[in-house]
Amino acid sequence: MSSSTQVASEPAVAAPPAVTHPGRPAWQRLLTFDNRYLAPILITLILFFANWFYGNLDNPDAPWMAWLTGGRITTFSPTFAAMLAAMATELVLSRAFRGKWPHLASAYISGISAGILVRGPLLWPFVLCAMISIASKYALRIGPRHLWNPTNFGMTVMLFLAGDAMATLSVQTGNSYWAPIVIWIAGALILGRLRRLHIPLAFAAAYFPLAYVRTLFTGDTYLAELAPLLSPMYQLYMCFMITDPPTTTRTVRSRCLVAVLVAVAETILRLNGDVHAPYHALFIVGPAANLVEIGVDACRKQAKLAMAVA
Amino acid sequence: MIDIVKQALAFVVLGGMMASVLVLRDQGNPPAAQRVDSSEALKKYDFYLQEVSKDCGINFVHESTKNLDEKLQHILPIVAGMSAGVSVVDFDRDGWPDLFVVNSREGSQCHLYHNNHDGTFTDVAEKMGLADLNRAGTGICTGAVWGDYDNDGYEDVLIYKWGKPELFHNDKGKGFTRVTESAGDLPKWVNANSAIWVDFDCDGKLDLFIAGYWPSDLDLWHLPSSKVMPESFEYAKNGGRKYLLRNKGDGTFEDVTKEAGITSTRWTLATAAANLTGNRYPDLFLSNDYGVSELYANRDGKHFEEIGGPCRVGDTPKSGMCTAFGDIYNQGRFCIYVTNITEPGKLVQHNNLWVPGTEQMGEPTGYTNKADSIQVGSGGWSWGAQFGDLNNDGWLDLYLVNGYISADPKKDYWYDYSKIAGGHSIIISDAKNWPAIKDQSLSGFQQKCVWINRNREFVKFIDVAQAVGVTDQYDGRSVALVDLSNRGVLDVVVANQNGPLLIYKNTVKPDNQWVQFDLEGTASNRSAIGAEVELQWDGRKQIQVVSGGCGYASQNMRRLHFGLGPNPEVVQAVIRWPSGKTQYIKAPAVRTVHHIKEPS
Repeated sequence: MSSSTQVASEPAVAAPPAVTHPGRPAWQRLLTFDNRYLAPILITLILFFANWFYGNLDNPDAPWMAWLTGGRITTFSPTFAAMLAAMATELVLSRAFRGKWPHLASAYISGISAGILVRGPLLWPFVLCAMISIASKYALRIGPRHLWNPTNFGMTVMLFLAGDAMATLSVQTGNSYWAPIVIWIAGALILGRLRRLHIPLAFAAAYFPLAYVRTLFTGDTYLAELAPLLSPMYQLYMCFMITDPPTTTRTVRSRCLVAVLVAVAETILRLNGDVHAPYHALFIVGPAANLVEIGVDACRKQAKLAMAVA
Repeated sequence: MIDIVKQALAFVVLGGMMASVLVLRDQGNPPAAQRVDSSEALKKYDFYLQEVSKDCGINFVHESTKNLDEKLQHILPIVAGMSAGVSVVDFDRDGWPDLFVVNSREGSQCHLYHNNHDGTFTDVAEKMGLADLNRAGTGICTGAVWGDYDNDGYEDVLIYKWGKPELFHNDKGKGFTRVTESAGDLPKWVNANSAIWVDFDCDGKLDLFIAGYWPSDLDLWHLPSSKVMPESFEYAKNGGRKYLLRNKGDGTFEDVTKEAGITSTRWTLATAAANLTGNRYPDLFLSNDYGVSELYANRDGKHFEEIGGPCRVGDTPKSGMCTAFGDIYNQGRFCIYVTNITEPGKLVQHNNLWVPGTEQMGEPTGYTNKADSIQVGSGGWSWGAQFGDLNNDGWLDLYLVNGYISADPKKDYWYDYSKIAGGHSIIISDAKNWPAIKDQSLSGFQQKCVWINRNREFVKFIDVAQAVGVTDQYDGRSVALVDLSNRGVLDVVVANQNGPLLIYKNTVKPDNQWVQFDLEGTASNRSAIGAEVELQWDGRKQIQVVSGGCGYASQNMRRLHFGLGPNPEVVQAVIRWPSGKTQYIKAPAVRTVHHIKEPS
């Protein structure tokens, strides 16, 4: 009779910009590590080892696959399907709307995130979650910035529209210490290079007192309120979803403030019994923060222009 | 301007994708058949069910324990909500199946309903000495399994409990004598939700397998601390130990668990045994809560080897609550059905239907989970399930009960449950960290599933529960299939947690034929538990096994029932006895119960 619905989390950091070294010789440039590959590699490794040790991924039986392959393959990997769908969508939309071939690291991460986070026996929720995540980057944007973390948007939409056909991640990577530690090591490696380690730290720092505040309302123990924060999935949420560079604000101070506001919104949602509180908190606070920053930037730009004219 | 147009187009693309979600979301599983009248159900599905417990004279309502240790009181419905069980037995050998139902409140009575041969039953538990089994200090009953351990022709009974298991000897159908103390290594205390009779070494004497759920050193009424809960929601190994008790043939049992290599301490909720690996010795399948299932392959009756991982049945951890075997493809091989939890939007584990793959030396090289592709995956918070041909069309159907806690329908514990689920083991394993459930429901008021096996070429099931008259929404636990009136149909008995015992009388289209086999071992154990019958007719072959307990806290009727469809041409029945003998019954007559004694 057990269960484990742990919501939240996704390794959905967008690929950081490439580091180029034009002054170096070609052979050195070939050996120089491209930042854009760091997150995909580490997230793939996390997924690989989590599945190796804990069997996180469940490949459903698929008669259509058996039919297509003459019985050689009888199951399908929804995670793999989501990754393919995300990258294909990115290719098509980038070609169609930007006129160029995209770097696929970001789409790879969105796809693998959808593949991890969507749970259910049907293929289409995986595929559509990945596609919606990517399409949101092109449709919901102001100027060069898209407003929502793609996978956060995709998951929130899917849970809202298709809650009867799917759920979010349920199989855990154990309930021990090592999985969070491994994720934090990987997260620190990536976020250190991106200079965004302060975001999960700010979120965690806010979570501890907010968990205590919740106990005053729920009457549950402090550890019960703290429990979600200690899960491996929450480490993924903190390290990779709320830190997504294209959808976070510009300054360290504002990013910390947004992280704290996400934690506050999550607490309010939790007190209202929202099983998907982390997704919804970021869904609400993330774009709002981006809009504020875009507005402030526009005002400053106008003021500068006015001053220049004066 | 061009950018705005492009963004608008991207917006249209995104809208199209979201519209696709709306279109596709209802196409995962075909809609369940809607309620129709009985004649329409008979016409469309070849059968209908009618709840007749009152007409049978049965007014039993299950009661849960209320007095567990105060450290568990705030989550009592969660902890105690798994103790309703029903088993079928012909205890007096009059040829008519009787029912035994456990109760679980301290001081409450268990019931043995004797079949009066006229559609009614009389409770004889008190007269037979099987009523007062929940005395203070001895724990509470969670189920019972019947088997003739001394081969005297009468079925004895093991009552398993969260507490002291009790063994009763059947005194020729006239009464029962408690033999617990003189039975050898019967454990003094075991918190079990599952036990089966199984002749694991095929020596002709029934052995016992008792599967602990909670650790055996815990007295749930007097806990030393609150740190007694599972250490993980999906990887817990701090549950109860298992007991394999070998029948020494002198009325005593010896504990051979360690020598047999059974080391599991997972939270087992259901166990069943059948020859899955092709060497005639029964293998043990354990459906474990908070973890993966386990398959203990029987190596020639000498020891067991856990092969769940290599066979894939132990790959993905879920919340196993039932084990049932059924040859749904009519291929002469058992599929294994394991129930789990599905709550849309919250947790989608789906049930597993493990279909064996290719064989090497008779042993399947791997199982594939086909539950969703044949549409028996989504069954709510599923508990007991049984395979049986409910409409006698020659294909095994599946009856499933579900629902965990039906309290206030407007209040839901799922958020609290999800909060604690992913936390560190130190937090989860301590009951005091579990949020109080109060009057909240948890996957309650669920509609049951009666899946009939419809598609002959590409086996798929459809849910006809509402259409054939199964409309109850009690918190179902245990299901047993039994031909209560010897009519050649399978009736359904359901034990509900804190709910009434339901008896669904089956009416089947008369054109569909049937045959039953009532086996009696001689060299094999007299109950014939473990014997297989493979029936061959109309180009099909279906295998069934005489079971010493299967499903969740249940035991079907001992007789094996085969539906045949209309105008069958039955070739033969092949009976494989646990002793190793094989017997052939050529062209057995249909519409007949065949009483077969193992040839000497």
